[in-house]
Amino acid sequence: MKNILTVDNVCKNYGNFTALNNVSISVPEGSVFGLLGPNGAGKTSLIRIINQITLPDSGTIFLDGEPLQPHHIQNIGYLPEERGLYKSMKVGEQVLYLAQLKGMSKTEAKKKLQYWFEKFEITDWWDKKIQELSKGMAQKVQFIVTVLHEPKLLIFDEPFSGFDPINANLIKDEILKLRDEGASIIFSTHRMESVEELCDHIALINKSNKILDGKLNDIKQEYRTNQFEVGLLSDQKEELFKDINSKFKVKNSKLTSFNADLRLLIGLKKGETSTEMIQYLNSKAQITHFTEVIPSVNDIFLKSVANNG
Amino acid sequence: MDKLKLIIKREFLAKVKNKSFIILTVLSPLLMVGLFSLIIFLNQKNSEEIRKVAFVDESEQLSMVFEDTKGINYVNLTELGLDEAKNKTKEFYYGLIYIPKNDSLNNLSKGIQFYSEDAPSLSLLSDIENKLEKKIRNLKIEQLHIDVQKIKEAETDVDILTENFSGEKSSKIGSILRMAAGGGFGYLIFMFIIIYGTSVMRSVIEEKTSRIIEVIISSVKPFQLMLGKIIGNALAGILQFIIWMISAGFLLFIITSIFGIEAASSSSSIGQMNPEAVQQVQQASASEIQIVLQEIKGLPILTMFFSFIVYFLGGYLIYSSIYAAIGAAVDSETDTQQFMMPVLMPLIIAIYVGFSVIENPHGPIALGFSLFPLTSPIVMLMRIPFGVPWWQIVVSMLLLIITFIAIVWFAAKIYRVGILMYGKKPGYKELYKWLKY
Repeated sequence: MKNILTVDNVCKNYGNFTALNNVSISVPEGSVFGLLGPNGAGKTSLIRIINQITLPDSGTIFLDGEPLQPHHIQNIGYLPEERGLYKSMKVGEQVLYLAQLKGMSKTEAKKKLQYWFEKFEITDWWDKKIQELSKGMAQKVQFIVTVLHEPKLLIFDEPFSGFDPINANLIKDEILKLRDEGASIIFSTHRMESVEELCDHIALINKSNKILDGKLNDIKQEYRTNQFEVGLLSDQKEELFKDINSKFKVKNSKLTSFNADLRLLIGLKKGETSTEMIQYLNSKAQITHFTEVIPSVNDIFLKSVANNG
Repeated sequence: MDKLKLIIKREFLAKVKNKSFIILTVLSPLLMVGLFSLIIFLNQKNSEEIRKVAFVDESEQLSMVFEDTKGINYVNLTELGLDEAKNKTKEFYYGLIYIPKNDSLNNLSKGIQFYSEDAPSLSLLSDIENKLEKKIRNLKIEQLHIDVQKIKEAETDVDILTENFSGEKSSKIGSILRMAAGGGFGYLIFMFIIIYGTSVMRSVIEEKTSRIIEVIISSVKPFQLMLGKIIGNALAGILQFIIWMISAGFLLFIITSIFGIEAASSSSSIGQMNPEAVQQVQQASASEIQIVLQEIKGLPILTMFFSFIVYFLGGYLIYSSIYAAIGAAVDSETDTQQFMMPVLMPLIIAIYVGFSVIENPHGPIALGFSLFPLTSPIVMLMRIPFGVPWWQIVVSMLLLIITFIAIVWFAAKIYRVGILMYGKKPGYKELYKWLKY
């Protein structure tokens, strides 16, 4: 698959502080890419370099196969973590101005803007000043600013902070729609659980270093623990627990279930399969719940930090 | 280039559409016109009022002085005596002049008094004093048997004309004109730099605090943004000055048209009294106007105009980029204090030096500060009307341009880093570090 963005061995220092240390990532075209890591890991530094706000000390970046050049900014849409617009400027004027700075013509920008305003049902905001809007409303405008010029690559830094759940969902749907129309998307966030289900690929960054990247599925496979959450109905709980415990590694689990008497976390030993487990359990009791425990990105992050450090 | 134009346009419009700008630009000349008109109107009302002033002349030598004029009518109450005249004045008149009985002409000027309800107007008093002085002087001259007419003929008016060795004539009026031209231009640059430099700084801080900065510099280079901001603000400033100039011209027109009528009518009233004097006055003013015109022609106008543009641009660009860097370095306007002082210092020094330069335009202080690029835009402009060797102008301009390039380069670096820095208030050490990022 073609990569829309390739970051190759990028280093960035601020004085004695190293913000990025030989970071390389590849963002496949048409995917949602999660750039994950705690605060201060270097995510924003990397994003600023991709946006040509700052230059890397060393390393190269390729957008769509070409080394990054000034004209590429019109192919990138960027929603910074620190949102902001001119407070005393009118919404319509402002979006047109920012779209023109991205290289759109005024008439084109106006047409697109009309489309988005109708879509979000905010056509009557055109002549309002930003300072008259609520924070959530301003965020919508900011989202339009980010996507109006139909960039190939969209970068969202902490995308859902500041949105209420309804608007967050609205934005999420719009972003996925943009992906379906061919845009590639980078989510950068320290709240890993917020984007987990959206990402196809992820890269984990910690203390200026990339510690892990790849397809989310592959990574999860790699970090799978072969543990299953099981809910069982039984009259003789204690005997059953002992029984199972003799055959598998068993812990109590806190899974949510309506009526299970036993809630267990069962680990497979090497060589055993889940089919065997189900057959065994089925012979002992009624199964109300059976799921494989999939490690969350958060868990993976903590594990890989522990492995690397 | 297109983007720079867009930025300039936005900055210009943002500034011009601002309410305080509109109020300052449109309303202040209107206010000035209104104020002036009010003053003129009140003055006229005042002068239309006729005051009746009584007098008691016991010396019997000065009564003929009190001829009615436009604003004052005189009433002779000598026959009533002082006490009764006082009572009558209290009831009917504005005031009472009392001239005591006197034998000797030498003592005539002593003991003259003015009685009135309120403190009398100063102009009225000095008017009466003048009249009495003149009359007593003439009386004394007559006593000495000297022809008054001859004395008048002997009076002369001396106006020294000066000329430098290259043949340029100058006069006192000329020097005043030079001071006015130089000081005016210098002061104009000073005001412009402070007002519009601060405005650039505010606009940078606004972008920082509203956090739009990151969105914008993901589309344009920070340097473009800074330059666009500086140029946009300058254009707004120039527009403001043009509007002020036009309204000043308009104001001048109104004033002269009102005053012109005044002057004409008052000169005609003089004309009725003493045609000879009028002619003299007219001649004098005509020759003075000629001198002023000549002086204006004698000024190095082309050099002044050309250098005004260069120093104006250079000075404004240097200072406004420093202001932009300051705005980028801080989070709010209250944090700017520590950086503002060193910026304002050279400007204020330049103004002070400038005004002493006018006294001694070619001294070492004048030369030094008109070469030093942070003060030269103001000091050199103040010197130029007095004639400056061309090599000094060239050196000063070269230094200005070199400094301009260096400062814009430094400012752009600080600006580029500063606009993305939040939280801590940077010191000079920190700023120095930014230069190396």
